[in-house]
Amino acid sequence: MTDWTPTTSHTARLARAALLKTIRHFFDARGVLEVDTPLLSQATVTDVHLDAFNTTFAHAAGPDAQTLWLQTSPEYAMKRLLCADSGPIYQICKAFRHEGAGRFHNPEFTMLEWYRPGFDHHALMDEVDELLVATLQCDRAERLTYQQAFQRHVGIDPLTARQDQLITALDTHQIDIDAPDTLPRDSLLQLLFSMVAEPLMGQQTPVMIYSFPASQAALARVNQTDPRVADRFEVYFKGIELANGFFELGDASEQRQRFNQDNQQREANQLPQRPADERLLSALDHGLPDCAGVALGIDRLLILATGASAIDEVLNFPVSRA
Amino acid sequence: MANYSTNEFKGGLKIMLDGEPCNILENEYVKPGKGQAFNRVKIRKLISGKVLEKTFRSGESVEAADVMDTELAYLYTDGEFYHFMNNDTFEQIAADEKAVGDAVKWLVENDVCTITLWNGSPITVTPPNFVELEITETDPGLKGDTAGTGGKPATLSTGAVVRVPLFVQTGEVIKVDTRSGEYVSRVQK
Repeated sequence: MTDWTPTTSHTARLARAALLKTIRHFFDARGVLEVDTPLLSQATVTDVHLDAFNTTFAHAAGPDAQTLWLQTSPEYAMKRLLCADSGPIYQICKAFRHEGAGRFHNPEFTMLEWYRPGFDHHALMDEVDELLVATLQCDRAERLTYQQAFQRHVGIDPLTARQDQLITALDTHQIDIDAPDTLPRDSLLQLLFSMVAEPLMGQQTPVMIYSFPASQAALARVNQTDPRVADRFEVYFKGIELANGFFELGDASEQRQRFNQDNQQREANQLPQRPADERLLSALDHGLPDCAGVALGIDRLLILATGASAIDEVLNFPVSRA
Repeated sequence: MANYSTNEFKGGLKIMLDGEPCNILENEYVKPGKGQAFNRVKIRKLISGKVLEKTFRSGESVEAADVMDTELAYLYTDGEFYHFMNNDTFEQIAADEKAVGDAVKWLVENDVCTITLWNGSPITVTPPNFVELEITETDPGLKGDTAGTGGKPATLSTGAVVRVPLFVQTGEVIKVDTRSGEYVSRVQK
């Protein structure tokens, strides 16, 4: 075989080591504790558009073999630590998503995730901004609501547009897809946002988009004054989706309801059911301190730091050579 | 009928779209962290030559196009069809004017061309990157002038017109890059 060689240059390997050092120094100086949680878990996420890898544990303490899931992010385990009074924590770990490899995607990737008790999403956006300045030597990020960004680039209001207006917008922006009327409203929004707005946003400085539609809240709180939106933000820079953060939902019963909604949607999409992570729900029941958390893709940060054109240039062995 | 999943998409893959065979030029995987995955592809329709962008839901299947490239030597035209031959099997194939298209002005007897077949029939003819053709007509040009002044038009034996340096004369054979239609050099006979 000739493809045993890494796809990185040594410069890219040096850049990764330096970046990790900078990040650890950044959090150490702020009193945020580095933690470690399992990559393999007995439960997984219910997200309709996240598919986790699983494996069989044949030596479980019971009569049957056990299914273990590779984490799609360390979120649930880290929230359990927060519920156990860990205080501010961060983690640099591998995350796995059973999805395609692409220019900015590899099914196994490195994630930086951190949680700040006492912060809301705006305070956390400030800290993400400082981290980007420290690691990329870029200027301060621009901040826009999802609605503002969508109106600016797509030309319609994402919170009030009807389905047929979203479909017309696909046409306007030359997005040709079969049977667009069969796409759910959120997929239409995501299609327009990722294909029209993302490539145009944050070309000079990073941009932070907040107040996503409540239907795309994921694990964020619904906004107290405008229930149409959630306290969720995303960071984009030079056309790359870099980070996703929440003012974290702490209400266990609302969390359970969202897991159930996901599973109903999964059933409608003929996807397998994913039981709720009961240990997470028990921890939330015990009490999650008011906090904000964010996950940031280290490989993508490295693409931006090194000026690479694809993720393979910063991964020693992407999945095609793993 | 064979199908391809979007996971198999990559440059060079031949798929069917609107009943026409197409070549995938670029494939981009689009997956928001919390959203549905799509594949955005740039496609060239192989018969009309149109380039367009199309978005697929990831995981969708698309019908494969039975398209293959063969290397065949150009023999002759009977006025309606252009005849090519496989130099190994001596099998002959006739391409119509539509399939030959602009390649007609670069067809040189015995030159090996790439013929794209769809369901066994020629749909496009691609000439070699470089061909050698005789100049049938060009202005005599000025003595003592050198290259680099923009040159002059020259008509070649196939009817093609290319710009050549002023010192190149009627009756000479020149080498032309068929991709750009530009003069490369004179050829010693």
